[in-house]
Amino acid sequence: MANKISDETIEYVGILAKLELSGEEKEKAKTDMEKMLDYIDTLNELDTEGVTPMSHVFPVNNVFREDVASQKDGRWDTLANAPKSKDNSFKVPKTIG
Amino acid sequence: MDITSMTAVELGKKLRERELSVAEAVNAFFEQIDRVEGDVHSFVTLNREGALKRAEEVQKQIDGGTLTGPLAGVPVAVKDNLCTKGMLTTCCSKMLENFKPTFTAEAVCNLEKAGAVILGKTNMDEFAMGSTTETSYYGVTRNPRNLNHVPGGSSGGSCAAVAACESPYALGSDTGGSIRQPSSFCGVVGLKPTYGTVSRYGLIAYGSSLDQIGPIAKDVTDCAAILEVIASYDSKDSTSIDRLKYPEGAGLNRAGYDFMSALVNDVSGMRIGIPKDYFGDGLDTEVKEKILSAVKLMEDRGAIVEEFDLSLVKYAIPAYYVIASAEASSNLSRFDGVKYGYRTEEYEGLHNMYKKTRSEGFGAEVKRRIMLGSFVLSSGYYDAYYLKALKTKALIKEAFDRAFASFDVIIAPAAPTTAPELGKSLSDPLKMYLGDIYTISVNLAGLPGISVPVGEDSKGLPIGMQLIGNCFDEHKIIRAAYTLEQTRKTANLRM
Repeated sequence: MANKISDETIEYVGILAKLELSGEEKEKAKTDMEKMLDYIDTLNELDTEGVTPMSHVFPVNNVFREDVASQKDGRWDTLANAPKSKDNSFKVPKTIG
Repeated sequence: MDITSMTAVELGKKLRERELSVAEAVNAFFEQIDRVEGDVHSFVTLNREGALKRAEEVQKQIDGGTLTGPLAGVPVAVKDNLCTKGMLTTCCSKMLENFKPTFTAEAVCNLEKAGAVILGKTNMDEFAMGSTTETSYYGVTRNPRNLNHVPGGSSGGSCAAVAACESPYALGSDTGGSIRQPSSFCGVVGLKPTYGTVSRYGLIAYGSSLDQIGPIAKDVTDCAAILEVIASYDSKDSTSIDRLKYPEGAGLNRAGYDFMSALVNDVSGMRIGIPKDYFGDGLDTEVKEKILSAVKLMEDRGAIVEEFDLSLVKYAIPAYYVIASAEASSNLSRFDGVKYGYRTEEYEGLHNMYKKTRSEGFGAEVKRRIMLGSFVLSSGYYDAYYLKALKTKALIKEAFDRAFASFDVIIAPAAPTTAPELGKSLSDPLKMYLGDIYTISVNLAGLPGISVPVGEDSKGLPIGMQLIGNCFDEHKIIRAAYTLEQTRKTANLRM
């Protein structure tokens, strides 16, 4: 019991989650996560030795279809939702140095 | 004729028999919305002009005889995480405050084909993460039965809209109880179908392996009629199941789409299981009493009622929050300020833009779950948390399999209490999560569940009872719920 989340861990999870937390938010996130993990640790009471992890309740198989070209052009509608666009493309900050 | 108090099926009949025009019906609901919306706030977007235009089109099709189904011309309210082409779909988040989808969710398309008219989009917890509709970026929804209380969540707007007669029926989504719990709190009927029954195409994903879309309405008949329309096999959802083909070789004719055929007022011989572990500590005594007296009514009608130990109950919530948060952290990574929605004003470079956009665009509860999800999936913790939760899920499914070998239907509360007061839940997230104890394992096991009103507590707040079926056994829970509803009606018990 009693999980302890370090500053480094919160920092690292923030990078994975792509979230920038303020100092106060970080402290709150630490306590929240510690409390949740303590609670989640009750799962350790369960013997799951040899149990196959179940990601889906029903068997999920690849669903195939014929690769048929269609003439749908949704570019303009799609780009209408972009926060920034230019020359028929999404506009983003420079990505390669 | 009081249009707004009719059920969807009653209203549809009036429309087909031309006792009423679609425009008259639509106008009646907007008038009701104008009367109560200031208090209740079920909607985040209203589709006034669009609905009236659509009413004309639908009227022509009814008049021309091309639309003949039970829901033709009947208005509907749609939860704001279901994409509606050209109509704002925000998930009640700042992140999507200006998002207008370029396509419509399959379940909504199915309704439109059946002649539905969309009144508007309903309020919800941000990205469906919450149990009170208080995490919405657009303000809280109030419970129409008592404005000082929450409507439940996350489909709180949809349930409140139906309870306040602002819409004859609504669509919601249920990842851990988000249809059944608010239905219980608002005194309406809500059904979460077997996983894979309703296409998730166009439902903005939260926990993809758990999410299902389902109907919310005034009675069981409506729920059956709506489910019959929205359920379909859809090749655009890779987890969609063709119920006519599945389960192969099971030898049971239980997988069909004809849900209205299950509206049979008879439970004689039906085996009903009462999990002892659902009726112990933590359950409000008034809730318990009302549910057990409803069970008694079913027993009087010939059902065979028996108590049993479901087991593993206390492990459902921790397993759920690991799995749902993990899936959420992955699903919500698409919101990065590039393709749609919010982008931060000032930033330096791409990664800073992502981080600032997401930090400013998401609310506290969403961030909390993304952080937890990212943590349990991170290297070093994946086995201990995520895999452990998936193994627990397998054990929970086995426990239900064992139970359904002996029972047709399992009865449970929808929530441990009636609706809490506004502002009392968010300060202690863990305590709020514990309120999902009776609904969450149903999602983990992919089962169908329906919440029906069984009375109210001493404060006048509605109490809901949950009927849970085995996978693909919607017919059984609809039949049992319908029988209970009819029996209560005959006994003149207040819904």
